[in-house]
Amino acid sequence: MYDFNFHRPADLATAASLLKSEDAKLLAGGQTLIPTLKQRLAAPKNLIDLSRVENLSGIERKGRNIVVGAMTRHAEVATSAVINKAIPALSGLAAEIGDPAVRNRGTIGGSLANNDPSADYPAAALALDATIITNKREIASGDFFKGLFETALQSDEIVVQVCFPIPIKAGYAKFPNPASRYAMAGVFVAKDGEGVRVAVTGAGENGVFRMSAMERALVKKFVPKSLEGIKVDAKGMISDLHGAADYRAHLVGVMARRAVEAAIKTK
Amino acid sequence: MPKVSMTVNGKAVAADVEARTLLVTFLRENLRLTGTHIGCDTSQCGACVVHVDGKAVKSCTMLALQAEGARVLTIEGLTPDGALHPMQEAFRENHGLQCGFCTPGMIMTAIDLVNREGNDLDEHTIREGLEGNLCRCTGYHNIVKSIAAGARAMKGKRRAA
Repeated sequence: MYDFNFHRPADLATAASLLKSEDAKLLAGGQTLIPTLKQRLAAPKNLIDLSRVENLSGIERKGRNIVVGAMTRHAEVATSAVINKAIPALSGLAAEIGDPAVRNRGTIGGSLANNDPSADYPAAALALDATIITNKREIASGDFFKGLFETALQSDEIVVQVCFPIPIKAGYAKFPNPASRYAMAGVFVAKDGEGVRVAVTGAGENGVFRMSAMERALVKKFVPKSLEGIKVDAKGMISDLHGAADYRAHLVGVMARRAVEAAIKTK
Repeated sequence: MPKVSMTVNGKAVAADVEARTLLVTFLRENLRLTGTHIGCDTSQCGACVVHVDGKAVKSCTMLALQAEGARVLTIEGLTPDGALHPMQEAFRENHGLQCGFCTPGMIMTAIDLVNREGNDLDEHTIREGLEGNLCRCTGYHNIVKSIAAGARAMKGKRRAA
């Protein structure tokens, strides 16, 4: 790891102004960034630790929404009674990220801002129609994810909160890579008053995406059988040493059915 | 160089470190607490697990500066007088180690699991809890047995920090 200047701001305004300094990067839980620094795949001059910034962490129910602070750890989401009651699929998803030690450090804001194509949270954010609240504005999840490791975040923008509308039903199923526990295909389905959203992570070359054919079928009837006969195209799927594109396409179909089953069972 | 201070195994410590110093490096090289091991160095193997403010973390995936002001517990701090902690004793009794390299991380992870899930742990809970710890000798069976026994033996004992 190359050395850097370490900053530990106590408030958001200071963090935002530090982010304007030369070659600066935010440090949330560090479970992706620190390994990346160790491999010298990133070498920022300035590292800004968000852990001491006030009011960035916590879970709250506000009316028909669950609001999660950006620095909230995966373990906190996994064990939150508030989330488990309102959106059990979301706490279940957090409980399956990485391993216990990783969940004690990794954060929801870090995961969303990183937008790893195999991360779990982007699927939840997209399927639940979450809003990502930054120090500057509110961004609908549909506008937030811009492709492989890319988001709508500007260079001096910091994720502050994520707001999840509480769905009628939701479920998540993933096929984890046996070594890394990253999704080889993960599907989050959510049904609310407006319709059904199906978001797929781990499989697409451009990161998380929605499966509109599945959504249309599930609007008619929210049962796994509705997904029968829907072909998932292997074009645009990730093909790597863990699995070929057609295998991933097949997994998407299987995970989608399991996610609908889980949604029906939980709520 | 930035200064870092924290409490390690109940003792206040401080040092000037390069910003890039990992917590595990600080523990091993500055404090000479070499019970915490570096295995894979890529956040997978769990040999470096310590407790920071009561929670298991991979100390190879955390900067020393991120632990500023924190309470850190390493394998050396489990018992004050060099006696074996019930979880260590259970690993000895149940042949839960062969080469022993992964053992400190296994034990710190196991105690974290007991802190979260209680003293009666079924096999499934233990195996899920060991998701982030690799052992290349034992095949895990005796580690799982050790943790179940250690968890029971910890009942009524003071909760490890």
